[in-house]
Amino acid sequence: MSGKPYRVIGTRPVRHDGADKVTGRAQFGADVRLPGMAYGYVLRSPYAHARIRRIDTSRAESYPGVLAVVTAADLPSGPDRLVDLVEGTLPLSYARTNVLARDKALYKGHAVAAVAADNPHVAEEAAGLIEVEYEPLPPVLDVLEAMREDAPRVLEDLRMRQLGELTDKAGNIGEHFRHVLGDVEKGFAEAEVIVEREFRTVMVHQGYLEPQSATALWNQDGRVYLWTTTQGAFSAREATAWILDLPVSQVRVTPMEVGGAFGGKIRVYLEPLAALLSRKCGRPVQITMPRRDVFEATGPTPGTYIRVKMGARADGRITAAQVWMAYETGAFPSGQCGFGAICILAPYDIPNVLIDGYDVVVNKPSTAPYRAPGATQAAFAAESVVDELAERLGMDPIEFRLKNAAREGTRRADGLKYQRIGCVEVLEAMRDHPHYGAPLEGPNRGRGVAMGYWFNIGWYSSCVISVNPDGTVNLVEGSVDLSGTRTTIAMQAAEVLGLRPEQVHPIVADTDSIGPTAVTGGSRTTYATGWAAWEAAHDVIRQMKQRAALLWEVDPEAVSFDGGVFRSGDRSMTFAELAERLEETGGPVVGRGAVNPSSAGGSFAGAIVDVEVDPETGKVTVLRFTSVQDAGTAIHPTAVEGQMQGGSAQGIGWALHEEYSWSPEGAMLNSSLLDYREPTALDVPPIETVIVEVPEPQHPFGVRGVGEANIVPPPAAIANAIYRAIGVRLRLLPMKPSAVLEAIWSKEV
Amino acid sequence: MPVVFIPPPLQGLTGGRITLEVEGATVRELIENLDRAWPGLRERLVEGDRLRPHIRVAVDGRISTMGLLERVGATSEVHFVAAVSGG
Repeated sequence: MSGKPYRVIGTRPVRHDGADKVTGRAQFGADVRLPGMAYGYVLRSPYAHARIRRIDTSRAESYPGVLAVVTAADLPSGPDRLVDLVEGTLPLSYARTNVLARDKALYKGHAVAAVAADNPHVAEEAAGLIEVEYEPLPPVLDVLEAMREDAPRVLEDLRMRQLGELTDKAGNIGEHFRHVLGDVEKGFAEAEVIVEREFRTVMVHQGYLEPQSATALWNQDGRVYLWTTTQGAFSAREATAWILDLPVSQVRVTPMEVGGAFGGKIRVYLEPLAALLSRKCGRPVQITMPRRDVFEATGPTPGTYIRVKMGARADGRITAAQVWMAYETGAFPSGQCGFGAICILAPYDIPNVLIDGYDVVVNKPSTAPYRAPGATQAAFAAESVVDELAERLGMDPIEFRLKNAAREGTRRADGLKYQRIGCVEVLEAMRDHPHYGAPLEGPNRGRGVAMGYWFNIGWYSSCVISVNPDGTVNLVEGSVDLSGTRTTIAMQAAEVLGLRPEQVHPIVADTDSIGPTAVTGGSRTTYATGWAAWEAAHDVIRQMKQRAALLWEVDPEAVSFDGGVFRSGDRSMTFAELAERLEETGGPVVGRGAVNPSSAGGSFAGAIVDVEVDPETGKVTVLRFTSVQDAGTAIHPTAVEGQMQGGSAQGIGWALHEEYSWSPEGAMLNSSLLDYREPTALDVPPIETVIVEVPEPQHPFGVRGVGEANIVPPPAAIANAIYRAIGVRLRLLPMKPSAVLEAIWSKEV
Repeated sequence: MPVVFIPPPLQGLTGGRITLEVEGATVRELIENLDRAWPGLRERLVEGDRLRPHIRVAVDGRISTMGLLERVGATSEVHFVAAVSGG
């Protein structure tokens, strides 16, 4: 625990958005209704890879009820440049091409045209009248096959980059990452035990229930108004403006409530289409994705191939690690291997490291972040090898990890030296938890552990606080609320102002109504926007002290503020008493906070899991699951626990059930929630949580951010548990019943 | 003196040297001074008066949001890394 005497921080108030969410009054993207609103439908490629020879929209355009049809010809095609689309930089031409295919369809589901009509059924029917002449091309679907010299080329102009620099290497590799520490050959020479294994994971989806939905009005004054389901109002504004070649100030984005995102609602898909259709028909246009499009045409997270070699001395010290990793990026080279390369060895202090990572384009949907993007696949590989090393050395898996654990001063694989981190504290909490020492009896049962890391970003945030005459405050902020962050931000303001959380009224504003605020992602919102709220609250206090000084005819420096009360000598006023006298002392008090902090220190998470394997069917049942995470200071412990439980549940699904199934031609075979096997309440046991609090030293309250690291350990922990249950190590996700049975049978042979 | 860690793709420009001690109070000054000793580094790191779009700088273990303007202490460690964010 942080040990600081907070009044608000660390309590569990009711969420500010709770009443609207549980009564169904909250407005999500598809709830938007505007006068004269038309409905859009997107025509998508039936081929994973095909040249587009001709598009004839004339029959659709003349269909009764149709208001507009757009194709890539309606998109601007100015000079290309690199743009930062939050998940990484990408040529603007690629961002446009993902919105509407121009010369080639690059994956099944790639948007080819869009129709607006009086109602969605007419729009869908008219889309079927658009004639597209395709020349099918051989697709490349596997990450290793795509790296071959003779593989079909997804993007003809693609050349490999290294640290942003284009190389001469043409092909399907978008980027090569290399991290080096020490001398890996020397490290392996010192090792007495070496384990080298290969791992595969497949594409999975974030699995949010609310589909993408965007409503656009291209107003007669030239401004574009958007109402959309997004993780970042400002990032959606920038991306839409860039794609449409507009100044960013010409686009206003109103972020709606979000029904799940997990990284999948950062990129824009429908917003530019709805805007183009609106410009053509002069009416607002709404497009909502059917579930099939959510799977086939948004950004799932990549499948991977990872090879890990690790060596250790007999005393349990890891001497060297070598990693070769290749991640699918889908159709465009903005991938997640760089994230995976940072995270894969992050929990350990390893003196000699060599990591080579490759982002590789394939004919699949362009990948997008998914909760600690790239790290879960990486940890599945590394934590399985760490577990095997511990076993070979005859050491307890947590003690082995503790012996090698990263701590302050340890150098991460990319060379950065950790400041204060909580890796050791998380491992100690796992070791000391009753779950780890509890007996686990019965056949085909096993217990596994694993660690995970996510680095947590900083970035810019804005917040404005105005004081109401009744002593409450309104807090306007720019961070889209994905998980109760309105409340965690409001609580930080309340702590400073001496108010109760319910006396702070938080509002998530549109892009015209608050200063720029970066995306809700990277576990940054409670960290950075909370910091902006802290700053705005202090600005309020500074101004309120001046007002008190005016009333008391003393110098402002003679006024103190503590616990919601202003004091000077023997005089005092509560915050509410002074708020009631603002008009006569100079008018409204409005505080502002604007921050742009560097990255947080990162969060470590661990999982302890018990499983039972049915040797007849291969089904794995999770019997017990404990999630441990360093949150820094936990602002709202219930919200932190919710993040840990949500991430763990998603990790269980990723481990055991979820996968994109592909036809040989590159068509997704299970693009519905009936066939895409997300975990249900029957698959997930009650998840126990342990919040470790190692405060982040640079944040005013010690916040680290907790949204992501918790999804990282579960697949590896479950794989390690399955090994202890049945004696076989699975090195492919998902560890579905057929895969488990095959592993059992191969062991028996 | 601050220590700059040269990323592997750029070590060809520094004769294979992985770390270099260099004077400077900001990232911009470090790069200017580095480029005088090891020509070509500036071009690989800077575009116009900013870091190149794919590149971020980390000072003392934290990814900076200030780029070339970030202050550097006398004993700081400086790394140039690929731009990354999160989900």
